[in-house]
Amino acid sequence: MTTGPRLRVNPIACDGRGLCAEVLPEMITLDDWGFPIIRDAEVPPGLLDEAAEAVRLCPRLALRLDHRARAPAAPQPRAG
Amino acid sequence: MAVSAAAGSQGLWFLSRGSGLVLLALFSAVVVLGVATRTGSAPRRWPRFAVAELHRTLSLFAVALLVLHVVTAILDPFVTIGWAATVLPFASPYRTLAIGLGTLAVDLGGAVVVTSLARQRLGHRAWRAVHWLAYLAWPAAFLHSLTAGNDLGIWWVALIEVTSAAAVATAVLARLFGRDREGPPTSGPGPRRPLADDPRLTPARPTASAS
Amino acid sequence: MNTLDSGQHLVRGATPVQAGRFPRLLPERFGGEPASLEEHVTRYGQLPRGWDGRWREQLIAEVGRAGLTGRGGAGFPTARKLAAVAAGRDAPVVVANGTEGEPASAKDKVLLACAPHLVLDGAVLAADMLGARQAIVVVHDAVREVVDSAAAERRRARLDRVKVKVMTGADRFVGGEASALVNWVAHGIPLPTATPPRVSECGLLSRPTLVQNVETLAHLALIARWGARWFRSLGTTAEPGSMLVTVIGAVRQPGVREIEIGTPVNEVLGLAGGPAAPLGALLIGGYFGTWADPAVAGPLPFSAEGLSAVGGSPGAGLVAALPADVCGLAETARVARYLADESAGQCGPCVFGLGSIAGALADLTAARRYEPGRLRRWMAQTEGRGACHHPDGAVRMVRSALAVFGAEIDRHAQGWCCGRRPPGVLPVPLRRSP
Repeated sequence: MTTGPRLRVNPIACDGRGLCAEVLPEMITLDDWGFPIIRDAEVPPGLLDEAAEAVRLCPRLALRLDHRARAPAAPQPRAG
Repeated sequence: MAVSAAAGSQGLWFLSRGSGLVLLALFSAVVVLGVATRTGSAPRRWPRFAVAELHRTLSLFAVALLVLHVVTAILDPFVTIGWAATVLPFASPYRTLAIGLGTLAVDLGGAVVVTSLARQRLGHRAWRAVHWLAYLAWPAAFLHSLTAGNDLGIWWVALIEVTSAAAVATAVLARLFGRDREGPPTSGPGPRRPLADDPRLTPARPTASAS
Repeated sequence: MNTLDSGQHLVRGATPVQAGRFPRLLPERFGGEPASLEEHVTRYGQLPRGWDGRWREQLIAEVGRAGLTGRGGAGFPTARKLAAVAAGRDAPVVVANGTEGEPASAKDKVLLACAPHLVLDGAVLAADMLGARQAIVVVHDAVREVVDSAAAERRRARLDRVKVKVMTGADRFVGGEASALVNWVAHGIPLPTATPPRVSECGLLSRPTLVQNVETLAHLALIARWGARWFRSLGTTAEPGSMLVTVIGAVRQPGVREIEIGTPVNEVLGLAGGPAAPLGALLIGGYFGTWADPAVAGPLPFSAEGLSAVGGSPGAGLVAALPADVCGLAETARVARYLADESAGQCGPCVFGLGSIAGALADLTAARRYEPGRLRRWMAQTEGRGACHHPDGAVRMVRSALAVFGAEIDRHAQGWCCGRRPPGVLPVPLRRSP
């Protein structure tokens, strides 16, 4: 059960600009092609400001801070 | 009293023209920085978020300076522009076209600033559509600076004009012809090609003698 | 005792299929013509109608007892999906997925070509049950005409309360993904959309949308007639029922067969005439499936539990038999390039990741270069980072290839290849439209 806000990236909106990794290197690293890897989505209390900053700075508005407290989602089927 | 009023009026006029020139330089810098966040033509030392933040900060500063520029021009008793002309283009009896261009720049630029402040609520697509208007706002502001002022004869005024135009032109060309972002450091996807023609997929031939 | 056994909804006089005759979905003999409405009713009886008030919950419960899972590849429990859509506030929409974007798989096309009414029964039933007024059936171009005719036949007979709309699917691998299918129906764009929200909560027209594979709907239509106990009379306890499989490659009679879940893989190959040549490897599940050694996989039951021993699963029901004289690495490289090209192109990790992986495999196949560390890093960076599971599936397939074709990799790294025939067992068609 997670209680903190979770940082999530919308992979379709994301264009690999890299601003998020600059302001939040503790949580976000870039892959070989410049796209963000968020290792652990839960934002520690000390990084909440930086996380909000990253969300604000993203030129494509691809980052979100999800504040709902919920259990990890069940695997979602994609085929019909 | 008339002298001091005249002196005060001169002061307003200088303030208006002076702030206008600074505004042009600022606006040009904002456009260049805006392009730089996108094309990554900023020097590598500068992190992208710094360029983005500077773009934002300077544009907000420009808004503040714009207020000064417009108010001093309106308040100046020697020319009749009228408050309507602050937002309605071509409503000024004095130099209708020249002032009108400035008003146009304010309207367009204002839309860009307002939508940018409300970006999170508007969503990316709507914000982006309005942001393109910046490429109309700058030429309007530039033409306004050429036609509304009288000072092109002064060498440093001309310098500011030329430098601003050159900077924005360079940035726009970079945007049109430059790379959108640094390419992937490792091999990216190849062009779509029918596999039957793909010469890479022939089975390997023995390259060494089988000893 | 389940309510469907009470006889209320059973057809008087069991049909052979109900009595246990196999196959259930496919005709006993391929006549080349689809079953007409009359032939369909003769074989299966009428679709039960006129249910009492609580029949929606009853039927969902029955489907739950039957243990039906999705036959589109993901294997999600159907009853849970139905319940999720039924729980929505707005009137739901039903979309039947018969697009079969997987080029090697033919089961959905064959099912629609042989028994379109069974699929339409299922679609109409699902719509009726969920309170949807329309059932949209999206099918592969190859069977559009057949399904159109069947729908017209039903309209003439005024069979269904629900309106059936038939559409052609996009010629696109990712077009079969649930959100991509909804996007295609709504906007003509066969590309996945970002979730949340899931299509079962907010899909077509922002309504709860049931996206179900056509084979699953066919099974649903039979469970509604004959109940969970009948459905469970075949298959394993954990995975009951029958399923359609496509067997291609080095077998004597490639094609689509219906099997009882849990049938050993060797027997599945036997149903397709058995191997036509000594086999080098099997690709099980589909292009998102796993490669396996035929000696190891052969005795395994064709089920999720059985195939997990080789890290695989039934997936979309594909079994591709690779002959020993075709290089498995080359086949993998071809499929990887196909999957990279078929990316929706929306997410960086998928576009660049699959592209790089496909490039690396091509390099390896042509013995130009092999950097295993880099390839492994790319695979780790690609999976799980797209909006859909396209990159995950591709990486899974490639990983299994690296595990199974270890000897081939060593040979290629030294410049040799044991393939005596060029690759081409697995189809990688060019897209007709962009």
